[in-house]
Amino acid sequence: MKRNSLGKIALFAVAGILITSCANLKEYQKSRINDSEMILGNRKVEKNELNFQSYREGASGANVGKTGGGCGCN
Amino acid sequence: MMLHAFSQYTDKDTSFYIAKPLQLEEVNLVSSYYSQNGDHSAITGGIGTERVVDLSNGLDVTLVGWDAQQRKNTLVMGLGIDHHSSASSAYVSKTGASKTGGLRVYPSLDWTIENEKKGTARGVGLYLSEEYNYSSFGVNAMYSKKTKNNGEFTGKLTGYFDRVKMIYPSEFVQVATVTAASSGGESKSKIPTNPRVTGTASLSFSQVINKRLQGVILLDGVAQTGYLGLPFHRVYFQDGSPGIEKLPSERFKLPIGIRLNYFLGDKIIIRSYYRYYTDSWGIKSNTASLEVPVKITPFVSVAPFYRYYNQTAAKYFAPYKVHTESDQFYTSNYALSAFDSKFFGVNFRIAPPKGLFKRVSSLEVRYGHYSQTTDLASDVISINLKFK
Repeated sequence: MKRNSLGKIALFAVAGILITSCANLKEYQKSRINDSEMILGNRKVEKNELNFQSYREGASGANVGKTGGGCGCN
Repeated sequence: MMLHAFSQYTDKDTSFYIAKPLQLEEVNLVSSYYSQNGDHSAITGGIGTERVVDLSNGLDVTLVGWDAQQRKNTLVMGLGIDHHSSASSAYVSKTGASKTGGLRVYPSLDWTIENEKKGTARGVGLYLSEEYNYSSFGVNAMYSKKTKNNGEFTGKLTGYFDRVKMIYPSEFVQVATVTAASSGGESKSKIPTNPRVTGTASLSFSQVINKRLQGVILLDGVAQTGYLGLPFHRVYFQDGSPGIEKLPSERFKLPIGIRLNYFLGDKIIIRSYYRYYTDSWGIKSNTASLEVPVKITPFVSVAPFYRYYNQTAAKYFAPYKVHTESDQFYTSNYALSAFDSKFFGVNFRIAPPKGLFKRVSSLEVRYGHYSQTTDLASDVISINLKFK
């Protein structure tokens, strides 16, 4: 099976788990979830490496980063 | 008793309408040094040096206040300044006389209003980016809604309205235009520009799954129209004659990504990410990354990371001297070729509860090495200082 197909299957499987999951956690139960390393986004310090990746590679987006603007001509 | 009742009413009413003006919440300074080398520059038709050095500095100032309806207002003002030196830029002029350095300045403004009672947030943003041969204006609007079960839907619309300055390789233009391009823009107004518009619709859904696991699904639909190539990118045809990169004026991109973060035991966090991407130019790509922060103490962490990326080639890509002039579209830009890439490094973070020194509350340093199967390789080191 091609890598693309495997990736898509994994992606939809995890998406299904996410959508159907629900947790009724109280605030005091979120100490680990609220840890700064658990943030569901990019670190501020990653900003410029995400920039160069979007310029050097054909794919971009779906990473809470910017998907346009700026040249990256060089 | 009546007085008591009145005072209670007054207190409740007053607390509801107390507004708190915007106050400084934090300041983030992010600086990066990026160094790259390769041998497939698009400016010289897929051959030649890709040496680039870039020094960037960005400052974000976050202000937070509460309005009369007790909604949290967050204003983020950003300013970024990059200075780069690109060896291949010299060859916009055939003799290698064009300038190799450039400056990019990009201010931004984001305003978010969050209603914690309703679990909703609305926001708008403005972006500008200005460099010698390219200018960009961006605007966005977002809305998010929390669910009862620790989930959150977010929708965002973004538009970028760019102008590409039509600086052609020297052999394709009259002497006057080349002189302007080479001398750093003394005759800026004489060089025409072409528009590029990018519209993005983003949807995401995040969910806390249990005490240790949370994830987010990210979906973007990106439509681009206008001049999507760059006028100084050369193509050399089979007969050796030069041409200028020619690409379609429309492109649709569809990336979908998933992040899952898991807190393992008391000291290890597993941060994972996968993205599948496809677009109307024929590129299909997979991105997978794993970062494992290890908490040396509750306030110090070291996180090794690894990212793997692959892509198929765009329909319009071919290397040096492979295209023919009869092709409808053509480019030798290796960002549109088929390749794999690896990116690995380490992230160090320290954030003591009482701060590091003076007003510095946290420090983050990150180093990464990047390599492509096209032989392009780069190193990037970044630092983030947070002031409170």
